[in-house]
Amino acid sequence: MSLQLHGAVGRGAFHRDASLSVNDGDVLAITGPNGSGKSTILHTIAGLVSLLHGTLKCNDDIWDAPANQMFIQSEKRSCAVVFQDVRLFPHMNVISNVAYGLRAHGVNKQQAHAQSLEALSQVGLHSFEFRAPHELSGGEQQRVALARALVLKPQVLLLDEPFAAIDTGSRIALRRLMPEVLATFPGVTVLVSHDPADVESLANSHLAL
Amino acid sequence: MSLTESFRQRTAPQLRVGSRFRALPKSARWSLGALLIAACYLTPYWPDVPVLGWIVNTPGTSFENVLTDQIMMFILVALGLNVVVGFAGLLDLGYVGFYAVGAYTTAVMTSGQFSWPWIAAMPLSILMAMIAGVVLGTPTLRLRGDYLAIVTLGFGEIIRITANNSDWLGGPRGINKIARPPSFGPFEFSVLNAKPYWYLGFTVILIVIFVLSRLENSRVGRAWSAVREDEDAAELMGVNTFKFKLWAFAIGAAIGGLAGALYASKVGFVNPDNFQLQLSILFLAAVVLGGTGSMYGVIMGGILVAWIPERFRGFSTRRYFVFGVVLVLVMVFRPQGIIPRRTAAAGIAEKGDTNV
Repeated sequence: MSLQLHGAVGRGAFHRDASLSVNDGDVLAITGPNGSGKSTILHTIAGLVSLLHGTLKCNDDIWDAPANQMFIQSEKRSCAVVFQDVRLFPHMNVISNVAYGLRAHGVNKQQAHAQSLEALSQVGLHSFEFRAPHELSGGEQQRVALARALVLKPQVLLLDEPFAAIDTGSRIALRRLMPEVLATFPGVTVLVSHDPADVESLANSHLAL
Repeated sequence: MSLTESFRQRTAPQLRVGSRFRALPKSARWSLGALLIAACYLTPYWPDVPVLGWIVNTPGTSFENVLTDQIMMFILVALGLNVVVGFAGLLDLGYVGFYAVGAYTTAVMTSGQFSWPWIAAMPLSILMAMIAGVVLGTPTLRLRGDYLAIVTLGFGEIIRITANNSDWLGGPRGINKIARPPSFGPFEFSVLNAKPYWYLGFTVILIVIFVLSRLENSRVGRAWSAVREDEDAAELMGVNTFKFKLWAFAIGAAIGGLAGALYASKVGFVNPDNFQLQLSILFLAAVVLGGTGSMYGVIMGGILVAWIPERFRGFSTRRYFVFGVVLVLVMVFRPQGIIPRRTAAAGIAEKGDTNV
């Protein structure tokens, strides 16, 4: 089981060739200077941007292949993203944020609640259930975002510079948590970072742009 | 803290009418609600009440007609536009187009050419507006922000210009002799008596409020708010954002069409000048003024936008000056609108609320 992307990605005037292949349980780190296309690759995998040419495959499912007019919409891809700027829903409390994806997939209220609590305890935040996002520190918010991604049990987990926008104080707890979480995550992980230390501690393969 | 902000906090305390109301025991809430609804049904008689009468009366125009032709329509339209702008966060600057589709459908079906009864034309008007919403939404809802606003702006104008240039729709002269709703019991719908229109219209408003509040707290409503707050995140979490945006457009349009159908039968004639761009802007002003996303807010906004210019008709052309002053005051003191959206004002679901 794996994720494979071979082809060219681009957005607006920007485009570049890209080729990557990651197996289940592995973590691929993508590094590179600003403007090298790290985020564009991630957004292409997530389906927010489409491939220019080539193919994107998850296991045996083709997610994006412009030559064959194939494009699976984001919401149908088994793929979750943790954004650099967190992006929790500001109008929902913590538990609602985590449960939202499950509810959108038609999971009933009780099950969604139970699974979300489980995901929250996985990131050490189960007592934060009823807090509002703005009452949390940056690091705590990002842990909620991680729980929100994990609860969907995606085949592909995308981390877009998850430590970048977090204040130094709360970054430590997140840094400590991340390897534990990734070690138990069964699917493919793609991490975008520009910090060599993250690549060292989290990834087992590395793509430098 | 900026000067306006400190000023705002000192001068505009949160009245918390909503949370105080919810804190009351159930029996008190029901009786207060019933009393309020009864008082609203009796609105046509308000000008006869001392003090209240002086406040609400509209010099130079019949209050009854202002109530039915302006206030009632603005409340309905604000509720419908709020689904699009407030719930789903899509900026629609051509909402008058749906209102016109509803009005013209009723006009065409009930006057000369087809002579349907009003009661049959009504559902068709809603359906036609809904179809117009889907037809406009399907190609355009992939656009975001400013682009969507521009396309919808164009749509409103297209409807008006089409009506203006189509002989079948009466051209610039429009269509007259539009059927009235059937009389029931002592209530006879006629030119001289606007009260039954208010009773009918207010009942429709109550039904719309009921349906929309159910919808707001359903899966659809939660998808709308997720799309509004962060479309990409919503999509990545499995929300078919396009589908729900299209639903918002269709439901919003349906309510606009309903308002148009009521308007056409009340006034008895329609022509393209009734559906100018300016009206779209006033509809949007009603929503923003009242509180985008808050149903009771947009009702208040609709009432004020419709009523203020009529109340101050004595000021002649300067009445829009009063209107402008009110708009600016609301923007300064209550930037979220007169009655802000509950979550924006009060934060997040409280402990014990298991609504996930």
